[in-house]
Amino acid sequence: MTTESNSVPVLEVHDLVRHYRLPRESLFAEPGHVFALNGVTFEIHKGKSFGIVGESGCGKSTLARNVMALEPTDSGSVKILGKEVVGLSFDQLRPLRQHFQMVFQDPYGSLDPHHNVGRIVAEPLAALGAISKAERESRVHDVLLSVGLKPQDVSKYPHEFSGGQRQRIAIARALITHPELIVADEPVSALDVSVQAQVLNLLKDLQDEFGVTYMFISHDLAVVEYLCDEVAVMYLGEIVEKGRTEDLFETPAHPYTRILLDAVPKPGSGQKRERIKLKGNVTGQTEQRVGCAFQDRCPMAQDVCREIKPPLSPVAKDHLAACHFSDSMTEKR
Amino acid sequence: MSLLNVKDLSVILATNEGPARAVRNLSFRLNRGETLGIVGESGCGKSMAALALMGLLPEQSETLGEIKLDGQNLLEKSDAEMCQIRGNRLAMIFQEPMTSLNPVHTVGHQIMEPLRLHRNMSENEAKAEVLRLLDRVGIPNPKERIDNYPHQLSGGQRQRVMIAIALSCQPDILIADEPTTALDVTIQDQILELIQTLVREEGMALILISHDLGVISENTDNILVMYGGCAVEAGGTAQIFEELIHPYTQGLFAAMPKLGRARGGRLVTIPGTVPDLMGLPMGCTFTDRCPLATEVCRNTPPPIVEVKPLQFVACHHLDEARTRKTEELFS
Repeated sequence: MTTESNSVPVLEVHDLVRHYRLPRESLFAEPGHVFALNGVTFEIHKGKSFGIVGESGCGKSTLARNVMALEPTDSGSVKILGKEVVGLSFDQLRPLRQHFQMVFQDPYGSLDPHHNVGRIVAEPLAALGAISKAERESRVHDVLLSVGLKPQDVSKYPHEFSGGQRQRIAIARALITHPELIVADEPVSALDVSVQAQVLNLLKDLQDEFGVTYMFISHDLAVVEYLCDEVAVMYLGEIVEKGRTEDLFETPAHPYTRILLDAVPKPGSGQKRERIKLKGNVTGQTEQRVGCAFQDRCPMAQDVCREIKPPLSPVAKDHLAACHFSDSMTEKR
Repeated sequence: MSLLNVKDLSVILATNEGPARAVRNLSFRLNRGETLGIVGESGCGKSMAALALMGLLPEQSETLGEIKLDGQNLLEKSDAEMCQIRGNRLAMIFQEPMTSLNPVHTVGHQIMEPLRLHRNMSENEAKAEVLRLLDRVGIPNPKERIDNYPHQLSGGQRQRVMIAIALSCQPDILIADEPTTALDVTIQDQILELIQTLVREEGMALILISHDLGVISENTDNILVMYGGCAVEAGGTAQIFEELIHPYTQGLFAAMPKLGRARGGRLVTIPGTVPDLMGLPMGCTFTDRCPLATEVCRNTPPPIVEVKPLQFVACHHLDEARTRKTEELFS
């Protein structure tokens, strides 16, 4: 982040906003909205992994869909390799899609059961325009090898593979266009622990080999810590804390981050652990509130939190947090 | 005498490809007030074992062995007798609270059902009891919530309703099958805390089933690690985490990304994939993925050895498993 700050970031997201309109409850009432993203800003540099963590309903998957230009964005900008993608038409996006690919959560739902592996993996190549059959076959062959599958697997169908292998197929499909950016939305959540480790190691190896950049979305903090260089913690459509993984996990500057970290059960640590417990669950996606988004559940909330929205401001080098009390949070440790 | 004594329990499911042994010779005991964690990956037989205890296995299945509750073998009970035991003595919480609650009935109605059927309460009595139970499981405004449908509640609240139903007849044993897998970490924390408190205060025994070693480690007294239908390692939670012995337990623990571990290292991986129940070897079910496996493992079931007081391991190559480091084993 510091050494390459002069180069163009692979992904630059600026003040991204996405609100979903709810159906009208009556003819005369104004329709409500789900405030899924309320101004998200971050950038990812080449060859880095950027983790996004948060609970369900915090807008992390909406963010992935908007970065991938899979749905219209309300306002803000998404630049991939310096090129704006917000507002482009589908046809204009098509040739650009080879630069950013996605891996989905569910390895069962994201592969077409009627197509064989060769066809599934080769599909993104269609966006590249005319390509010879020999070229296509050699690329499928190479990419299957690099994700640890056999080249003979091209004629098999998804149901012949286990969950971990299917996720390898999904990764091969994302990789075949040699993208700069791969957006992975909970890619290992559906897998068993022993298989999850294989896929995580594979993602690491592929990064070393091809220098791809990951935007990695997960609810599992331990997985993010393992894989990512930088992390952003989201709450109700906003980034509440962002920084290098080591800094953020060691000295969380936002109470939500601290509570999330404490809530993760740790094997072999005994039954009693001192920690702050969080009451209630994520609420209020349908209202825009005054003050801090986390005020209802925050154990430290004061009057100022209900009146003034804390800006995302630096607490240390490359470490930002949106909390009025982040100084006292970092001092305590 | 133990409250629950399971001996040589085997579950054989009839599938299109022939019989599949989902649980193999599982034995364990559970005393009043104790908590037992069953941990393993998908297909290891943990849920099938739980369903066997409840007598809820699919019809085309065969159950062998003994499940003794207070000395009475549940496998010999008729369906009508099991109906009296389920709910009253054994209760279960399932993983997905949305699919296990009925979407067309209010939550009040669903909690009332076991009260009316098992405890013969009148409508008014049952209603008062429902309010008490909802309050007990920490649902705010029980008076309003009683008329809500499941879709009006959040995931955590639905799981609380499930717990209220399970508690309604004051069971002796609560079986929780992945109760928090579908929930966020902060909600998981709340639900596990609630289960702990209730178990302690009501003096129930708890069987907690999970794939997450962390959840099991923090919430149980004893652990049973299962792989391919067999118990591979069992014992006191504290002891087991002091020294993981079975190659599978070692691999599973090492494969888990853990918070606070320096980045840059690699995760240890167990080669291969979670097994299919068909075509598992006759001997140790972990043979195909085990770095220590030899011919004897494939054909002979390993003996269950009490390695240390309160720690049992089923492995042919105990000494090697104990002396070699996990990283060395799976490199």
